[in-house]
Amino acid sequence: MPRPGFVLEVDRSTPPILTWHGEGFRLERLPAERSRVIYAPEPVAALDDPDQAVQDALLHPLGDSPPLPDLLRPGMRLTIAFDDISLPLPPMQKPDNRQRVIEAVLEMAAAAGVDDVVLICALALHRRMTEAELRHAVGDRVYDSFAPHGLLLQHDAEDPDGLVHLGQTDKGEDVEINKRAAESDLIVYVNINLVAMDGGHKSVATGLASYRSLRHHHNVKTMRHSRSFMDQEHSELHSSNWRMGRLIAAAGVKVFQIETTLNNDTFPKQMAFLQKREWEWSGRDRATYLATSKSLSRTPPKLARSIFQSIKAPHAMTGVYAGEVEAVHAATTAAVYEQQLVSVEGQTDVAIFGLPHVCPYNVNSIMNPILVMCMGLGYLFNLYRGKPIVRQGGVAILSHPTPWAFHPVHHPSYIDFFEEVLSETTDPIEIEKTYEERFATDEWYRHLYRTSHAYHGVHPFYMWYWGAHALEHLGDVIIVGGDPAAVRRLGFSPATTLTDALEMASDTVGRHPTISHFHCPPIMLADVS
Amino acid sequence: MRALKVERSLARFGAARVASGWRPGAGGKVGPLRLAEMDLPDLPGPDWVRLRPRLSGICGSDLATVDGRSSQWFEPIVTFPFVPGHEIVADTEDGRRVVVEPVLGCVVRGIDPPCPACAAGHAHRCERLTGGHLSPGLQTGFCAEVGGGWSAALVAHPAQLHDVPDDWSDEAAVLVEPTACGVHGALAGPPGDDQVAVVIGAGTLGLTVIAALSRLRPDITRIIAVAKHPVQKEMATALGATTIAAPGELRRAVRRATGSWILDSGQLTGGAPLVIDCVGSADSLADALAVAAPGATIVMVGMPGGVHVDLTPLWQREIRLAGAYAYGPEPLAGGRHSFAVATDLVADAGLERLLTITYPLDRHAEAIAHAATAGRRGAVKVAFDLRSEKRR
Repeated sequence: MPRPGFVLEVDRSTPPILTWHGEGFRLERLPAERSRVIYAPEPVAALDDPDQAVQDALLHPLGDSPPLPDLLRPGMRLTIAFDDISLPLPPMQKPDNRQRVIEAVLEMAAAAGVDDVVLICALALHRRMTEAELRHAVGDRVYDSFAPHGLLLQHDAEDPDGLVHLGQTDKGEDVEINKRAAESDLIVYVNINLVAMDGGHKSVATGLASYRSLRHHHNVKTMRHSRSFMDQEHSELHSSNWRMGRLIAAAGVKVFQIETTLNNDTFPKQMAFLQKREWEWSGRDRATYLATSKSLSRTPPKLARSIFQSIKAPHAMTGVYAGEVEAVHAATTAAVYEQQLVSVEGQTDVAIFGLPHVCPYNVNSIMNPILVMCMGLGYLFNLYRGKPIVRQGGVAILSHPTPWAFHPVHHPSYIDFFEEVLSETTDPIEIEKTYEERFATDEWYRHLYRTSHAYHGVHPFYMWYWGAHALEHLGDVIIVGGDPAAVRRLGFSPATTLTDALEMASDTVGRHPTISHFHCPPIMLADVS
Repeated sequence: MRALKVERSLARFGAARVASGWRPGAGGKVGPLRLAEMDLPDLPGPDWVRLRPRLSGICGSDLATVDGRSSQWFEPIVTFPFVPGHEIVADTEDGRRVVVEPVLGCVVRGIDPPCPACAAGHAHRCERLTGGHLSPGLQTGFCAEVGGGWSAALVAHPAQLHDVPDDWSDEAAVLVEPTACGVHGALAGPPGDDQVAVVIGAGTLGLTVIAALSRLRPDITRIIAVAKHPVQKEMATALGATTIAAPGELRRAVRRATGSWILDSGQLTGGAPLVIDCVGSADSLADALAVAAPGATIVMVGMPGGVHVDLTPLWQREIRLAGAYAYGPEPLAGGRHSFAVATDLVADAGLERLLTITYPLDRHAEAIAHAATAGRRGAVKVAFDLRSEKRR
């Protein structure tokens, strides 16, 4: 039986706590009697036979959906859409959940005599995946059967001939999605639900949407009214996607949703200490930590990045749910909560977030300064239900090298966002008003998004909006160990050590503040009372 | 009288070159510049007048000389020992307050008939810089006989003098000469419609170019300025730059402004039709070539030396590289002389604010060091204050 999440009150006997720092980690001693460490629950049990579980889910769907075979018939148009490289994190060891599910769906389609089948990677405005990345996600067999025939596509949110406008919601939100998918007799959407925000109507309404559609919920107002976007009851992002999803259904687009959940077994065995509680480290764990830290300190950043990006997580499938979108998502969310929820009592003055090497937008890439902001203030800060773990006006301390470095192929518009926009203002509202449209319609970015492997021109704006709630909530943000110039460009304060950062934080929250250390990864969701 | 004097000393020039390589402006201490007692300069001709400088600025070309980095090109067109200083506001003996147009062309040299360039009013392109009754020297401040502004006295031909309006401060007046250079550079590029101009460098020259572009070139609607230091960014914006780019961020800034693309090699597919290089280094010229559109004009306003740069884009994109030295009649200003245009511009744009600090002659080493690191130290123009200098 896996142990639930845990909040450790730090006292004088507490050992130093592991804190992620990009492609590395540090052991940090926290002030006794006023600090706490929030640990994730241990990995829940994996399914004994995931392939059988997939079969069962497809044959016994949730909600008012018939079993998948009953929806399949000769002559129909079937589109199988699937999540892109942003999920899961780190990428999982083979076979990927998408491969298991897609193979099962294709077998049923073949058995039903369905010939017109197209696979679409639901990129939204993310970068196109490479062949190797697609092969990892869907498996060689699927890739080799579809890609050479032009039947494995990547959604193009800028293809004027490849989109269809289905209407507007009662709130005036345009719903424009992939034409092939919309005009299919059935969309089967294959999800990996790493966090509670993933899946549901967001899969089609976001993953297969255009900029025209996405801008209705990927904006500052929505993000500030999503508290947090991991909590469906209090997420405007969720509400907007649900309005759009219902409009899609009302327009006659049939979606058979398949959602899979994973446990939080994040690191391979040789790095198991990374998800253990420090006082439970064995002699071997301590030795591994020392050896790893020592060698990483001598490893050039580029090589370290390459080593860390090669990590494949031993995530195991813990559940698979199929059928009608909302019924499926309710079951999935419960499973995600079971793995990730940690009860936390009250807020503290300061929260410490050690940022790991990867976020949804830098798989096989560089975590540039904008992604550092997004990872810290967009993702980790928002991993709460109820209230943030840090109080209004409190301080977030992020730990990351924050290099002034960008992947020129993946993040071209990020470079301009950093050089031009952030040198003028860091205010999300001002940024949205003054700069978004120009970046979103820039022909060069559009060309790179459509033909290369670049995130859409508007994507760095969304990263900044992702942190808008935190920016409004916090009194100060300090980054430990970052490139000072890059940190300042973000509008934050650089600190050399955690001790310095805590000293600096005292200007905002007073002497002897209470502190939460969010021991993530593994991913968890703080249920703050 | 006391004057700062540059002597021909290979050892001192060498020392200055070495020292300034380590610390810009170090030539002020170890180089060819010396504070000396000198005789008052004789009047070279009957029309000439004596001037008593009030303020005299330190220019980039002065710094290059003091730091031993000037091109050997100047060897035959200067005379040692000379007193530097060609940005001058001074009093005449009959009580006029004037700024000096330092070019020593045919008229000033008493050459009659003048060379074709001088006859056409382009004294800055004079072909007789070594002729006439003066020894060689391209400008006041580089010619032994006429002296220079970094002293208690110099001599000038009446054709060189421009009266300063009574209500002007000396601090404003001393900016007229560098502003005239900026005007000349800004008006050197061909006219167009709704053009993007890039100004590389935001020292005094760059800032005066920006002021001139924004006020005198309605066809230039966007000005991208490359500025390194906070004071430069602030001034460039105040004077009319629409975009400020850090030195390493220029290409992308031009891409954004012009809608061009960036190829894998980092080069732009398009660029700006007008680029004004106010630095004159190999790096700045390379940057200029990198952001100039096919068919564009690059105007070199900053004094270059020997530079190594790949000229392939100049050839392949038919880019025109044009020098802009000193001042003359300005076709884009209806034929008015740069000095006249600059006088208006100093007042209109409030360029007096560019003068950050003045030094007495005694503190010349400090002044040179300050001028050489002006941007980093929050300064723009540094000048000598001669108002308390005694002329015996």
